[in-house]
Amino acid sequence: MIQHQRAVRVAALVAALLLATTGCSGTGGKKAEQAAGRLGAGVADTPRMKVAMVTHAPAGDTFWDLIRKGAQAAADKDNVELRYSAAEQAGDQANLVEQALAEGVDGIALTLAKPDAMKAAVAKAEAAGVPVVAFNAGLDNWKDLGVLEYFGQDESLAGRTAGQRLASEGAKKVLCVIHEQGHVALEARCAGVKQGMPGGSVENLNVTGTDMPSVRSAITGKLTQDPGIDRVITLGAPFALAAVRSVKDAGGRAGVVTFDTNKALVAAVKSGDVRWAIDQQPYLQGYLAVDSLWLYKSNGNVLGGGQTVLTGPSFIDRENIAKISKFAIQGTR
Amino acid sequence: MTQTRVAGPPAVADERIEHVAPLRRLLVRPEAGSLLGAVLIFAFFFVMADSFRKPESLANVLYFSSTIGIMAVAVALLMIGGEFDLSAGVAVTTASLVAAMLAYQFTLNVWVGALVSLVVALAIGFLNGYLVVRTGIPSFLITLGTFLMLQGLNLAVTKLLTGAVATDDISDMAGFGSAKRIFASEWDIGRVSVKITVLWWIVTVVFATWLLMRTRVGNWIFAAGGNADSARAVGVPVTRVKIGLFMGVAFLAWFTGMHLLFSFNTVQSGEGVGKEFLYIIAAVIGGVLLTGGYGTAVGSAIGALIFGMTYSGIILAGWNPDWFKFFLGIMLLLATVMNAWVRNYAARR
Repeated sequence: MIQHQRAVRVAALVAALLLATTGCSGTGGKKAEQAAGRLGAGVADTPRMKVAMVTHAPAGDTFWDLIRKGAQAAADKDNVELRYSAAEQAGDQANLVEQALAEGVDGIALTLAKPDAMKAAVAKAEAAGVPVVAFNAGLDNWKDLGVLEYFGQDESLAGRTAGQRLASEGAKKVLCVIHEQGHVALEARCAGVKQGMPGGSVENLNVTGTDMPSVRSAITGKLTQDPGIDRVITLGAPFALAAVRSVKDAGGRAGVVTFDTNKALVAAVKSGDVRWAIDQQPYLQGYLAVDSLWLYKSNGNVLGGGQTVLTGPSFIDRENIAKISKFAIQGTR
Repeated sequence: MTQTRVAGPPAVADERIEHVAPLRRLLVRPEAGSLLGAVLIFAFFFVMADSFRKPESLANVLYFSSTIGIMAVAVALLMIGGEFDLSAGVAVTTASLVAAMLAYQFTLNVWVGALVSLVVALAIGFLNGYLVVRTGIPSFLITLGTFLMLQGLNLAVTKLLTGAVATDDISDMAGFGSAKRIFASEWDIGRVSVKITVLWWIVTVVFATWLLMRTRVGNWIFAAGGNADSARAVGVPVTRVKIGLFMGVAFLAWFTGMHLLFSFNTVQSGEGVGKEFLYIIAAVIGGVLLTGGYGTAVGSAIGALIFGMTYSGIILAGWNPDWFKFFLGIMLLLATVMNAWVRNYAARR
């Protein structure tokens, strides 16, 4: 029995050693990743201030992660203590804003995905003399709510820009993939694409964004049903990568383009699998939201002078991908 | 044995060996209703949607069904054994996250990541099972707890290790090619792309059917799900059976997770939420009782196929996408009603 146990132990040790010596990958992985330099640039000597960022972001979304990274970079630089929180339901989001006010923050940066629900909370902040800036969502409503500044992209303008580019490339029939059914901004993008290419047709497809095999299978199905589709436009980077596989499955010739980017997508643009992406610079949105509050607090400046500060749309394609991919590998684009 | 039969009282036929008409014998099977439902839905979309008839559409339906079906087999077995697992959907994501992050962060061969991930997955399954049998709390509540815990862990640990919310691309790492061949390879037959998951799905169903129908363990599963106390009284190791069933779910969750990882190269930490219900739905449509003790593995496969056909069929028919979920609901409702109707009809006859 003891002998048996010893044999097991020796075998386990040998197996562990084998794994340790032969189990390494010679390619890729963390080792291949460049030591990512943080965008650090010293710290401002202004008094420490507290800023709350309250968004409607779903947990674990690559796009929102970039916004948060930008916000953190600005906070580090401006000697700001950043309190980040998020709730998908508008009512919960409003509660988070009131909570932040009760905590005594010096400024609030928020998204206005559902402006009406946030009205009361924003008014409360105003009454308490706490500056509020908005970003990412709420382009049409931020002025009415009395918010100081706005940083973001006009979704329907971005859609139109995408549509115009598709039309200029000769696309006739476009499939617009909505990964969250009933999401206002996503619907606005697809509607914008339609406006941008009056000569062609645009069809929407609703998919379940949290289930990749079903996304892949749904797009494949649609391409099989209508082989005339010559472009697939997705509204988030991970879905573009799934669409690339769908096009291959359906044996089609449709090109894939997308809104928004992440690390893997930049590689796909580089290899040509995805033709281009519309970039709204989420990192910049987060950065500006925090930085603007610091500017306002320490010097009374208002970015954009009362007008919307647009962070997009711009294109990422083969022409400029080399410049951007360096930052994407760092995880900041 | 040498006794000669003499005319005695008229033989009362034992109901167990009574002759049963073949049709009825088919109809009383647990999966009969769903089989009829599947045939009807197939016929419906075959008529309604031109593109449904294309072979590549069939391959697509089978692929999507298989990604649900593999898990549905294990979930069906677990439900026959009288338990639920709400953590099954996110456990799939957990498995792929563990494998991807371990391999990437330590620059290991991806197979090492996959094997460690298997150990982690089985440990989660064991924990689920152990807690259920030790505490006696309904598995619905225990696995609701692990479901939420895993959902949080998926996000928090991914963020901690990678600094982002999705894993890094591991497609250029050692071992990726061979792993992809096993978990996610595809063959082009003409214009049709056939995925290996369909093959694994069939293997899983056949194995589970053999386990249920031809082995002692199969009897134990039915007994444990039918009435755990009586089963224990006649010597069925209920504790081991239930823990084993949870670990079976965990194993196939790992397998599905590996497919996800090796076919998409990266995994987002928020994926998988809500899929646990698809597995349960597939099993229930296929005739598994929510109360346990009754059902088949083949039924779960038919259930997954119904879901896959409906999902793709609606798209292939080109119906207004805004109504998609509504149509999906109607189709599934019809399939379940059909199921109940056939069962009642067969029981009355």
